[in-house]
Amino acid sequence: MTTSNTSPDIDLDNTTRTELERAGVIVSKVDYLYNWARGGSVWPLTFGLACCAIEMIASATSRFDISRFGSEVFRPTPRQADLMIVSGTVTKKMAPQVVRIFNQMPEPKWVIAMGACAISGGPFKQGYNVLKGIDRYIPVDVYLPGCPPRPEAVLQSLNYLQEKIRTQDIKSDPAFTKGRRQYTVPEFTGKDLEPPYNPDVWQPPTNPNVKPLEEATA
Amino acid sequence: MSSPTATAPNYELIQQDGLETSLLEVSMGPHHPSTHGVFRMDVKLDGETVVDLQPVFGYLHRNHEKLAENMSYLASMPFTDRLDYFNSMTNNWAYALAAEKLVEIEVPERAEYLRVIMAELTRLVNHISLVGFFINDLGALGTPLLYAFREREKIMDLFEQASGARMMCNYFRFGGLRNDVPEGWLDRTREVVDRFPDFLDEYEKLLCENEIILSRTQGVGCLSRDLAISAGITGPMLRASGVNYDIRKVDQYGIYNRFKFRVPYTDDDVGDCYDRFMIRMLEMRESIEILKQALRDIPGGDIIGKAPKIFKPKPAEAYARVEGPKGELGFYLIADGTPKPYRYRVRPPSLINLTVLRDMCLSQKIADAVVILGSIDIVLGEVDR
Amino acid sequence: MSHTVGHEPILGKFPGLEWDEEAGALVAPAAQAAKIATWLRDNDAFLLDYCSNVTGVDYLEREIKEKVTNEAGKTETVIRIEPSRMDIVYHLYSMQKQTGPLVLKQRTNREQPEVESLTPVWRSCELQEREVYDLFGVNFMGHPDQRRILMWDEFEGHPMRKDYTEPFDYEWEPTPHDEVLERHQRGKVIV
Repeated sequence: MTTSNTSPDIDLDNTTRTELERAGVIVSKVDYLYNWARGGSVWPLTFGLACCAIEMIASATSRFDISRFGSEVFRPTPRQADLMIVSGTVTKKMAPQVVRIFNQMPEPKWVIAMGACAISGGPFKQGYNVLKGIDRYIPVDVYLPGCPPRPEAVLQSLNYLQEKIRTQDIKSDPAFTKGRRQYTVPEFTGKDLEPPYNPDVWQPPTNPNVKPLEEATA
Repeated sequence: MSSPTATAPNYELIQQDGLETSLLEVSMGPHHPSTHGVFRMDVKLDGETVVDLQPVFGYLHRNHEKLAENMSYLASMPFTDRLDYFNSMTNNWAYALAAEKLVEIEVPERAEYLRVIMAELTRLVNHISLVGFFINDLGALGTPLLYAFREREKIMDLFEQASGARMMCNYFRFGGLRNDVPEGWLDRTREVVDRFPDFLDEYEKLLCENEIILSRTQGVGCLSRDLAISAGITGPMLRASGVNYDIRKVDQYGIYNRFKFRVPYTDDDVGDCYDRFMIRMLEMRESIEILKQALRDIPGGDIIGKAPKIFKPKPAEAYARVEGPKGELGFYLIADGTPKPYRYRVRPPSLINLTVLRDMCLSQKIADAVVILGSIDIVLGEVDR
Repeated sequence: MSHTVGHEPILGKFPGLEWDEEAGALVAPAAQAAKIATWLRDNDAFLLDYCSNVTGVDYLEREIKEKVTNEAGKTETVIRIEPSRMDIVYHLYSMQKQTGPLVLKQRTNREQPEVESLTPVWRSCELQEREVYDLFGVNFMGHPDQRRILMWDEFEGHPMRKDYTEPFDYEWEPTPHDEVLERHQRGKVIV
């Protein structure tokens, strides 16, 4: 960790800084330390659903090597993982389990939606069993398009996530303010999931070309 | 013929001194480190012995068949890549064969040779990945898998140079292939194929006489010949149970009758996990033989035959099957004179190979259930479609 | 090429069994399907011990226009109404003789589809017949374990039927084509 101008907003002139360093004291912000530590050791969860899982595994093999970015081990249990890479089509049958696993992960936790299917349903969108994107139930931090995205793209999405982590503020971190974030688990009904989407997380986009009904009848 | 529900071993619930035993119900999955995809097994355990096992799937059901009824014939070709996402080339070939049966199209020589080369390279990719995942399930966390994926990357590079994508190649068309391979591709393939036997020797030396693998896979998950034929098992699982049935030799689709290759199969009735593992290692060597012959004899020429501009076959039915790396992959098409198929059906080898999972796992330990599932070689995109 | 199985030895042995030339398949009546299947599996002329593919096909009622020449020699178009039906198709092969395929069909109606299960004859029909029950709603009599396999248990309806309508869940989605389309129509080049 350097003590030069990369630690932001520390108003120390150079003489004070070098004197402190000689005495073995490093001055920085707590935010910077936290984000540096968290971003540098993001451990993913082995959450492969479909074809994108193979490219995720390929990004962990020796040619592309995700562990040089800090993701040394892939944990199979959500209780020990930081990052959930949702790779593959999320079907309505699988959606409650995805939300349950996200609820079990401790803070801090992040989600990367990998592949077209996890972002918005993908090529299988018109399906009676396909959920049109995992961001209807859980909040997603990085969206990674592709079908499947190349392993280098997976590494780039991890870089974007690390940049995002560097901008986080510890005062508004949910781990210290609200506790572990939980989201409602959808239930199965005869036709569809109940609720079809979580209103706190996602709202369907409004069509700007159509006047809303109250205005038209007023 | 054995009845569909095999009887579970006798277990007695013991009651003594106010204590009593009971069965433990564990739901392994759908998210589990050792399942190959989103697959769930509800097991009932008496201590560590499996007493009952029910597989549950459908977590990846993407209604591929219903989608295909609303799209034209060629538009379903990219979707066949995503069925068995390890072997996209073989899926494409099976679908192209079925469509070519509906309309008589002549496939040129060069395209036939390239089809065989792509299919055998896919078989190599599938078998080494499977061996890597299988040894991973046994507990050797990661190292054989990384070695296997190192070789897989070389073949993925070849696929990318030929078709533009690493995995979802979408390379086959009705009557041939989409485009010819670039300059120097055949030489690069010859290099990869020449170096492959050294890698197989290294793998065999490390794994095939390994004491842990021998003790954990021999005698585990036995499948008798009669049950295998009745349950419709195909592929390396069937040949490990003592039946000499390989669709490349029986149907001789494409130009497989021009190649000299052997079909490895066991001659006893045991069919345990070690047999399946060894059959796959031997099949890789036979694939290399086929590749060497095909790369030696490939001619020049056209890459696609004369296909009609709008693919609108007359009302007919066709069922075509290929020897995929996992078993018999078949496509059943019913045409009714419109540009869209009336019925489009995929015969999934992984789903049908799962029929005997319960029979093989009864009265084995729970750790063996994971090994047996790994040796069946399922991929959920095909089971659920 | 695998040799197609000739169907002549079985004709006449079972009443109601007929050969449909257009489809190239044996059509078996519902009550006798299990007996016919056992006979096909065990008889030396066939030895069909491997059932490869089981699937269901749904036919709605439709009109077929055919050109027919009457006695006067004139061709006229006749409209024939083909009733609705549901087909269960079996593709059978023989591993011992390395022949096949022989196509066997069971026909039933769409309102209350009920056929005999061939799982006691060939074990490979077990999971595939469950899938036909799940997606088409066909009741297989004699199946040891008939329940939903691909959809969740509380699901109502049979999705692969031709008259299945999905629940209405239309959502408007913004596409970049609107703005990009406008700019393109105004004459600007989009890079």
